[in-house]
Amino acid sequence: MFIQNILKNDTGGKTFLLLLLAVAVIVPVFNLLLPADHPLHFSTYTVTLLGKYLTYALLAIAVDLVWGYLGILSLGHGAFFALGGYAMGIYLMRQIGDRGVYGNPELPDFMVFLNWESLPWFWLGFDHFWFAMLMVMLIPGLLAFIFGWLAFRSRVTGVYLSIITQALTYALMLAFYRNEMGFGGNNGLTDFKDILGFSLQDGGTRIGLFLVSALALAAGYLACRAIVNSRLGRVSVAIRDAENRVRFIGYRVDHVKLWVFTFSAILAGIAGALYVPQVGIINPNEFSPLNSIEIVIWVAIGGRATLYGAVMGALLVNYAKSYFTAALPEVWLFALGALFVLVTIFLAKGLAGVFQRFGQNKA
Amino acid sequence: MSALQTHDDNPAQWQQNDVAGTMHVRSGKPVLDTSHKAILYLENISVSFDGFKAINDLNLYIDAGELRCIIGPNGAGKTTMMDIITGKTRPDTGQAWFGQQMNLLDMSEAEIAQAGIGRKFQKPTVFEQHSVFENLELAMAGDKGVWASLFATLNAVQRERIEEILGVIGLQAHSQQWAGALSHGQKQWLEIGMLLMQEPKLLLVDEPVAGMTHQEMDRTAELLISLAGQHSVVVVEHDMDFVRSIANKVTVLHQGSVLAEGTMDQVQNDERVKAVYLGE
Repeated sequence: MFIQNILKNDTGGKTFLLLLLAVAVIVPVFNLLLPADHPLHFSTYTVTLLGKYLTYALLAIAVDLVWGYLGILSLGHGAFFALGGYAMGIYLMRQIGDRGVYGNPELPDFMVFLNWESLPWFWLGFDHFWFAMLMVMLIPGLLAFIFGWLAFRSRVTGVYLSIITQALTYALMLAFYRNEMGFGGNNGLTDFKDILGFSLQDGGTRIGLFLVSALALAAGYLACRAIVNSRLGRVSVAIRDAENRVRFIGYRVDHVKLWVFTFSAILAGIAGALYVPQVGIINPNEFSPLNSIEIVIWVAIGGRATLYGAVMGALLVNYAKSYFTAALPEVWLFALGALFVLVTIFLAKGLAGVFQRFGQNKA
Repeated sequence: MSALQTHDDNPAQWQQNDVAGTMHVRSGKPVLDTSHKAILYLENISVSFDGFKAINDLNLYIDAGELRCIIGPNGAGKTTMMDIITGKTRPDTGQAWFGQQMNLLDMSEAEIAQAGIGRKFQKPTVFEQHSVFENLELAMAGDKGVWASLFATLNAVQRERIEEILGVIGLQAHSQQWAGALSHGQKQWLEIGMLLMQEPKLLLVDEPVAGMTHQEMDRTAELLISLAGQHSVVVVEHDMDFVRSIANKVTVLHQGSVLAEGTMDQVQNDERVKAVYLGE
């Protein structure tokens, strides 16, 4: 079958997708069927937390595609994630209707507070779910396309490109902090009520979002794996390893980079859109340069150019983050730094490298 | 040297071409026209980097099917000349034509490669993380656009073509091997094989025998000689014995222009050549 074809020779991917399927079945079942005091019961809080991790994993895959396979170290992928999140956030704001604090049926609370008379033009259309979903992909995709077109055509590469991506997300963060931008300033968008008519407080909706996130992660993984397996994927790796050679055998390196980078940004946007209804808020902190650097650390820890490694890295680091920030908040950043240093020194290929070695020994 | 500058379209060149009423590749696809015998024309080419004249009023003509060796001391402009032909560097003045119809100064590196000029770098450059077979597959002539690459599959004819080239470069046994694990000489051959997969009309080969053993050198000489005829081959090389073994015509570059041209014996007996290069 089609999927089997994509996963040929991808033991890690098969294992990962089977585990994902198992989690997608077990978590809702244990949440719904087991009584709350049962030791194996998953609380709705846990379901949402796992759903959030899955969106991070999708984001990590997007970064691995451009960094691991194409050699573009993007330190600004958080921007695409946040833009997708804002597109979803605007839709959710429109669903509030007159249930806001000020009870204004036309305007969100923060606009009433700022004495705005009417909805800005760029909020129009977001009442419709399909329009918002289109924007979730279109806005990050368009930004990536314009940015990539300028950067790749002028052959900005390596560390210069990384710095520019970092500047991009920083500039967006500063812009979104401003109230005049019309996206809620530093408070961002929050107090969401429902999505497609389902209440976001409802356990069932949370499970639905969790399942959609799992589905998006699986689909994103398969799409990236299909690209990597294609000749385009081989051209990408060739660009990573010997860019000039690729140019002199007749490929338009800038076109390949632009296409893959834009696709990756769209994936990041989708991840962001799934993230926002589960955490209940989107604010300019999501654009913070530190966030983008953290994504790169997830991928490095998990293992570059494996895709499933990126998933492992995202899940492990975020689980550790949840644990440490609750148990020993002051230790977290040291723990993250130590983890990164240890993996870089002892596991050059990340956790996926360990996995591969284990697989080889068995075979 | 800023890499950014060298490939910007130079408006002056555009204008020049429009005045001359020539056709560029972007509008319609001109075919390679070698009816006047020559396949490559370089005329009055000059280029300088920060005041240093790397190429100085260079004139060079390569005939279709010819095997030409280019020699010259370090800094004579050999690699810069290849950079100009393949679109990596744009000259300050002069003309570069591929056949009668294709103006190389108007084309991007990818367009030049697609039009049929293949280049082997001085340092062997292969895709080390790919297998030998995949290296050849990537170089194969055909549609190299993004969509075409995404959905590309190999048909029987293409597989056969790859097997055939594997035979020519003597790497059949290494087909599935990782290219990074090849020896230096094998990488040189693989790179030549990648050139052949492009089905080029003109091959530019920069120092093909650097770091090779004598045996490997002999095989490379055979390979290059067998290629001449169906392809034009330009070889830049330092190794005089090797040049003598393959060349019937040699061009000597010095300070960015042609110093002498002729058979190996003629140029070796040229007084000026002796003075600047051979030092005999």
